[in-house]
Formats: sequence, C-alpha cells, structure tokens
Amino acid sequence: MSLKERTYTCIVCPNSCEITVKIRDGSVSEVSGASCPRGEDYARQEILAPVRNIATTVLVRGGSIPLCSVRLSRPIPRERIFDAISAIHEVSLDAPVRAGTVLIQDLLGLGVDVLLTRDVPALEGPFQKNE
Amino acid sequence: MRTADVVIVGGGPAGLAAAALIHEKGIREILLLEREKTLGGVLRQCIHDGFGLTRFQEAMSGPEYAKKFIEKVQKLGIPYLTNASVICIEPSREDGQKAAPEDDIPASARICDKTGASGHIPEKQLENSNASRYKIVTYVSPSGLEKVRTRVLILAMGCRERSRGALAIPGERPPGVFTAGVAQSYMNLYNHMPGKEVIILGSGDIGMIMARRLTLEGASVKAVFELLPYPSGLPRNMEQCLNDYGIPLYLNTTVTDIHGKDRLRGVTVSEVDENQKPIPGTEREYSCDTLILSVGLIPENELTIDAGVRMDDRTCGPLVSEYLETSIPGIFAAGNVLHVHDVVDFVSEEAELMAESAALYLAEGGLPRGKIKVEPGNGVSQLVPQLVTGTRDFEISLRVTSPKKNLTLTVSQGGKVIASRKIKKAIPAEMARIPVSAGSLSGEEALIVSAEEGARV
Repeated sequence: MSLKERTYTCIVCPNSCEITVKIRDGSVSEVSGASCPRGEDYARQEILAPVRNIATTVLVRGGSIPLCSVRLSRPIPRERIFDAISAIHEVSLDAPVRAGTVLIQDLLGLGVDVLLTRDVPALEGPFQKNE
Repeated sequence: MRTADVVIVGGGPAGLAAAALIHEKGIREILLLEREKTLGGVLRQCIHDGFGLTRFQEAMSGPEYAKKFIEKVQKLGIPYLTNASVICIEPSREDGQKAAPEDDIPASARICDKTGASGHIPEKQLENSNASRYKIVTYVSPSGLEKVRTRVLILAMGCRERSRGALAIPGERPPGVFTAGVAQSYMNLYNHMPGKEVIILGSGDIGMIMARRLTLEGASVKAVFELLPYPSGLPRNMEQCLNDYGIPLYLNTTVTDIHGKDRLRGVTVSEVDENQKPIPGTEREYSCDTLILSVGLIPENELTIDAGVRMDDRTCGPLVSEYLETSIPGIFAAGNVLHVHDVVDFVSEEAELMAESAALYLAEGGLPRGKIKVEPGNGVSQLVPQLVTGTRDFEISLRVTSPKKNLTLTVSQGGKVIASRKIKKAIPAEMARIPVSAGSLSGEEALIVSAEEGARV
C-alpha cells in the first residue's frame, strides 16, 4: 500500500486556498483545505492533468488600437499552451470587431473556442490615435 | 457654470459602479469625467482571466468585466466625458466664494511616504462647521478649460505605480526599465514588445502576470526578485504565472545596480539582510535587455490633497467614515484611490456602498460625521474606514503586516473585544475584512483592530 500527499495552491479564485490531496494506492482518498467545491475539483484535476486558461492578442487592421485581446472558452491542458498561442497568432482581423465573437472554433481539436474579449471599433479619422 | 448633483472623477471600475448605482437611486444630474480616450480604467489592459468570480460567478478578462459596467452606464444614459482630465477640485461656500482652508495640517504632514510607516490621524475631530455645500471641479477637455459645480464629488481616480525614481536604484539610466503596468499597456494595447531577456523586480501581482505574458509572447523571463522575505502578490499568481513556466522567485533579494547606455544590458542583484540592506559579497550579475518593476501601487491623490481633504499616511488615501465620506462633507472616495485593492469585484462593491452613501447625503442634506477613531493594532498595517460615526453597521478592510496562519482578527474598544473573526490564513497581499455592528460600540473611545496568531476570541 502506498500513501502519498501533495499540496496545491488553488488558482480558481483570489482566496488561493492551500489544498492537500491524499493519494492511496494511486487514487484520491482525501481532499482537504478547499473552501469551495471548485477548489476540490481543481485539486483533483491538478493530479490527473493540470489545465489552464490563457489570454493573448491578435492583430487587428484598421482599428482604434492595433490588436484585440482573446481568451479561451475553457481551460486546456497546460502542456498545450504554447501550441495554442502559436495557432491563435496565425489569425488576424479587420476592424470593427466585437467582444464575445468566436475567433477559432475547437482550437487544435481541444474542444475549446477562442473568444474575443473586447470591442475594437474601426479607426474613424486620420488624426485619431491609439487609446 | 455647468452644475450637477454628482461629479465622478475617474471612469474605471470604481467610477463606473458608482455612476450606475447613483442613477439607480434616482439621481440624474451626474457627470463622469475620464481622462483616457475610453472608459474602463486599468481593466482595459488586464487581458488575463480571473475577474468577476465573486460578483458574476464566472472568470472573465478585465475588458469583459469593464464592458458589463460600461454598457450599463451607456444604457442608462449617464452623461460622461472622455479625454477630460480634472486638474482642480475646490470646496466652495454656498454663495460661490472659495471656502476657507479645511484644516491647518501642514502640507508636509500629508505627503505620502510609504517607507515611513508611522500613520497620521489628526487629533482634531472632523466637524461639520466648515461644510461647503458645493464643490467646483475644473477639467481640461478637447473643448478647453471647463468648470462644473456639484453637490457631491466622488473620487475614483485609482492608483499609479511606484517607479524606479521612488526606489532610488543606483546605476546608469538606459532605456529598457519599465513599470509592470506600462509594459502591460505596451503589449496589450499598443502591440509593442518591451524586450526579449527580462528580469522582474518585485513580486506584485502585475509583475507576475507580466512574467507569464512576456513568456507566452516569446521573451525569456530569467527571474523575479523580491526584497521582502515573502511574496507581495497572491499565491495563485505565483502558481499559474511563475511555477507553471519554471520562472524562479528569489526572496530577500533586490536589484542594486543597473548597467547599459543605449539599452539596458544587465543588472546586479544582491541579497538583503533583515533590515533590507544589501549584503556585500552576495552580488550576482544577470544579463537582460528589460527590467520590469512591480514594486507597489500608490493611490493617486494629488487632486484630493490639493482640495484639502485629510489623508492617511498608511493607506495613502483619504481618511473616511464608514459612509466612505472624506473629511470634507460631500466628497466621497472608493476603490484604489482610497486604498489599493487586490480584487476588482471588491472595488465595485465598495463603490456601490459609497454611491448609496452619496445618495443618502443628497436626500438628507448631510451625513453623520466620523468621531470615533479606528486604529491599527498588533499585526495590522492599514485599514479603512479610519473614523466612524457608529450610526450603522460597517466592515473594516485591513491588511496584515506579515503572513500569518490560524489568526484572529479583533476589534476592541476600551480593552473590550466588540468584534472578532477567526481566519485560516492572511497575507499582506490580500485584504482581510471584519464586520462590526454599530450596537457593539459605546462612547467615543478609539477602536483598535488587531490580527494575532492563535489569539483569544
């Protein structure tokens, strides 16, 4: 019989709970320290395969600013973060664009979408500068 | 002169939440002034997720969180001006004449210096005698210099970053040294990459978030150095911004020299002793083209100070009552201008509480004035509110002086504990809160707020 114990800092919310997971014979026997169910889920997921959400930007032509921020609809496996960033960077847009628009559906077959997180209005006049 | 019932200075999370709630209370003569080209404040550049978990039970990015409030303000038709920078706030008497100076505290006593830890709460109690009914707000916009006269003034200017000058790091002065927020705006709003080889000084949240952001965009972030023996930011950010990418964090270490002429080419770091003095012989050299500073935020209160509002040297914000009213009746403050927050959801909440008070002020023609001091005791570095009236239940927001586990927050008056709360852990990076019921107060003796490990309840 093997008994292992690992402690995680939860990243779900700013409380940053320290969650201890006891693993007996390869399966989770006890999770303690989480102050909400999401924290417990986080710790269980962290043992199986850590997942993260990421944010980056894509280029926008003719907008009030030269780029638009994006994030993922759900977290992806941590080891795929750099693949995801590269795939997102291959896309560019023409202004105007709206927050909430799906930029890429089912990113890299991971089952998550890439969403625009802000509006970028089209540049109105020749003298309008970046915000 | 243009007139209003409420003028709000700043269109970030605090100003937006306050505007919406003031409108909800039936007040229509509102003017919100924002110096940037668009509303949203710092949230515009905070593209990472994690905002709104408390308020909306979902994780969204900064721009999305801001959008919810901006759309509300626009839908309600609340008047606002962007590109409008407030340059002066002055209380004036009912007849329109300039009011006498609000108090006689020398300017030097109000200058905020976080390194000098001693706080300053004036002995003289706040009084209504010098109450000025109107405030004159002067602002600059593309249409020129304008003035607006208002009954209520809401301060929501947020905060700014501490810079290299404030740290007095010796060495050369090459390009390549940025504060974390400036680097963040370059990357997320202007599409400029600050550099390729990066060192970060300070473990504040924005610095750690920028460590991840720079890494994702192809830079090599070599290390984060923190002067203090504990991290300044939230543990979740250490986990997901540093540990995930194998970026080391060195505590008790600081940058002691900066090298480079046309561009930064390296820094010297040294370990520090318990008095934060560099230890000779511990110097290490790092080559880098970029140094990011994440060494603290300072509430932006130049307008507040010039208006004669009394300040707290601990928070670097105005002294307020539990109504979040400052020493000048009718001037209110909330959000990072009052004290630096770590979570935007609580900024919105605080701004709404303040907006309710402001509406009450307009309805009643004034509010009770704070007479009972609230002072930090053992283990507490700063708190809000600092002067309470005892006329309604309130919550004290505070920061602890050092990381603590299994601690008890207590509020006592005259040696008697009137409120207490046990919490599992507290760190200086996280604001802690304790509710106090008005009924538990007796007399006007000061309230002392302490945070002690394993203390009595």
